[in-house]
Amino acid sequence: MTHTQAPDKDTTEARPDVAPTERKTYFIKAMQEGLHAAMTEDDNVVVIGEDVDRSIIGATRGLIADFGEQRVRNTPISEATFVGACVGAAAVGLRPVVDLMVGSFFYVAMDQLADQAAKLRYMSGGQVELPIVYFTATGPSGSGAAQHSENPHPMLMNVAGLKIVMPSTPYDAKGLMLSAVRDPNPVVYFQDFVLGGTKGHVPEEPYAIPLGVADVKRQGTDVTVVAIGALVPRALKLAAQLEKDGVSVEVVDPRTLVPLDMDTILTSVSKTGRLVVCDNARLTCSAASEIVARVVESSFSVLKSAPQRVAWEDMPVPFSPPLEKRVLVSDDDIRSAVLRTMAD
Amino acid sequence: MTQTAAIDAAATSPEEHLDMLRTMIRIRRFEERVAALFKRGELPGFVHLYLGEEAVATGVCSALRPDDRITSTHRGHGHVIAKGAGVDRMMAELFGRVDGYCRGKGGSMHTVDFSLGIIGTNGIVGGGIPIGTGSAWGDKHLGRDNVTVVFFGDGASNQGVFFESMNLAQIWKLPVIFVCENNGYTEWTATEKLTAGRIADRGTPMGIPGEQVDGNDVLAVREVVERAVSRARSGDGPSLIEALTYRWHGHNEGEEAFAGDYRPEEEQQSWRTREPIKAYATRLIDGGLLDQEGWDRIDTEETDAVEAAVAFAKASPFPDPEEALDHLYAPIATGDAR
Repeated sequence: MTHTQAPDKDTTEARPDVAPTERKTYFIKAMQEGLHAAMTEDDNVVVIGEDVDRSIIGATRGLIADFGEQRVRNTPISEATFVGACVGAAAVGLRPVVDLMVGSFFYVAMDQLADQAAKLRYMSGGQVELPIVYFTATGPSGSGAAQHSENPHPMLMNVAGLKIVMPSTPYDAKGLMLSAVRDPNPVVYFQDFVLGGTKGHVPEEPYAIPLGVADVKRQGTDVTVVAIGALVPRALKLAAQLEKDGVSVEVVDPRTLVPLDMDTILTSVSKTGRLVVCDNARLTCSAASEIVARVVESSFSVLKSAPQRVAWEDMPVPFSPPLEKRVLVSDDDIRSAVLRTMAD
Repeated sequence: MTQTAAIDAAATSPEEHLDMLRTMIRIRRFEERVAALFKRGELPGFVHLYLGEEAVATGVCSALRPDDRITSTHRGHGHVIAKGAGVDRMMAELFGRVDGYCRGKGGSMHTVDFSLGIIGTNGIVGGGIPIGTGSAWGDKHLGRDNVTVVFFGDGASNQGVFFESMNLAQIWKLPVIFVCENNGYTEWTATEKLTAGRIADRGTPMGIPGEQVDGNDVLAVREVVERAVSRARSGDGPSLIEALTYRWHGHNEGEEAFAGDYRPEEEQQSWRTREPIKAYATRLIDGGLLDQEGWDRIDTEETDAVEAAVAFAKASPFPDPEEALDHLYAPIATGDAR
């Protein structure tokens, strides 16, 4: 881990001091609650994007009623310009939050994201803070076809200057949103499309989960499965099945990819000696590739078998359901990878 | 578009006139020195010089308050000087030294001082246009009356973000002034071969007032910008100004090694006869605000200041290599455990 990717807080306890709750809500509503809390605590937080007043995906729904149309503002379909406008607005004191709506729409705005938002502070020798959140629904949603199924987090991990958040549970979605808005840097927040309608325990009161702290979602002793975004609940389900086959799987959710909590991952791999990394993205240069490389470089001697990456074929995501299924990660892919690490 | 108008002492005080002249001379001497340093191989990287265009930055920034904002371009030395940057820290930045504005991280294309209202200079053509539109949005939202000037070139006028940003600025009535410096060449190709119609007219369909101005006439530039500033401050939204000027040097220094001859000699000569600084000085002399002695004094002072800046830059150490790993992320405030 380089010092530029150190966790934001030295937090050994990932769970904030919030009483357990029976209250359940949807992932997308949890994001909205995180945003609502951020807007309540700081008048300079504004939300912009296409149709954020009615919010097609749902993360900004209802905010306009509480915060008004100056703070919840629809933009023209001009991704490059509104992504870049947030840089100037943040430089003079606003804390903009932007709904990009679909992950691949980042590509329309890549100069403003990668050359401007990510680099202005660095290029100026640290003169300016740019507290901006760019959030979007992302990833395959079922026949979205190639331009509405992308997961651009691997290439954005390579930009330098963006923090990247990718929660897997409603609880994490709310707490990470509040931290993302409070962060003095540009943060890209990915909401996996298929998780939006999942439900989980979410306390009503605001709470923050620090960026850069992974969460062990399930304890195990034989194999560490690091899973990202939508693949976390699937890894957990498979882990429960594999338990019956006598394989004890530990599931680690990084929650943020930049900063990346390698300490938690390495601690787990040191215990199990085996590693599978599941990434909801194309294989080449995926987050899975990066995590495996870091583990092999730093902890080769603890490995009992070759680490495995599970990711998409290096193809665009096709439309037709059987074609799409062929390209994306299947449950069998994950299960087979786990068993491969056990066979050596 | 002529430079015959008499000096209007009521609109601009004698001190302001002499300040503007001084700024133009400062830019000129700075850029001449940078050209020589580059030729001798003393500067890392590459530079795009503002020689010949001094009246635009000076006229524009003279119409702004210190707390107003600008965004600048790859050809930004003139803008940054006109907005108040010191030539010593600028020169140190060009040398990649620790006393540069960006501690050596930015260089020629990214020299910036946010405390002077400079919201970035940019190595991407058109890259600053959305950013300046955004600072205008931020200021307006926060209830301030600052305006932002977005500097860009004729080349950037063909970027999509220019049209997008004009649209956003107009629907949100943002206090932003789009100032296009049309210096005749988009990199190495004549602008008219690449650019349809008049750039000044490009905001017209959106209802944005556009004006062409002689970019070599500092007072004409100042006057048109003052009108746009007044519109912006009173909530009437954006304006577009196209300043017609000419780039004396190449797109970047050292281009003769690869670019060949692409600008007719007579064209270059004709623009040199419309030299912006001497023309202004002559008007000031005619108006009784300047004499030869006054000119000599200002020129000597600014030339000396640039020499001192070179000495300052050369005396400044390079940053510790480990600083390359600093400044990527702003630290989270300690105790911020809300």
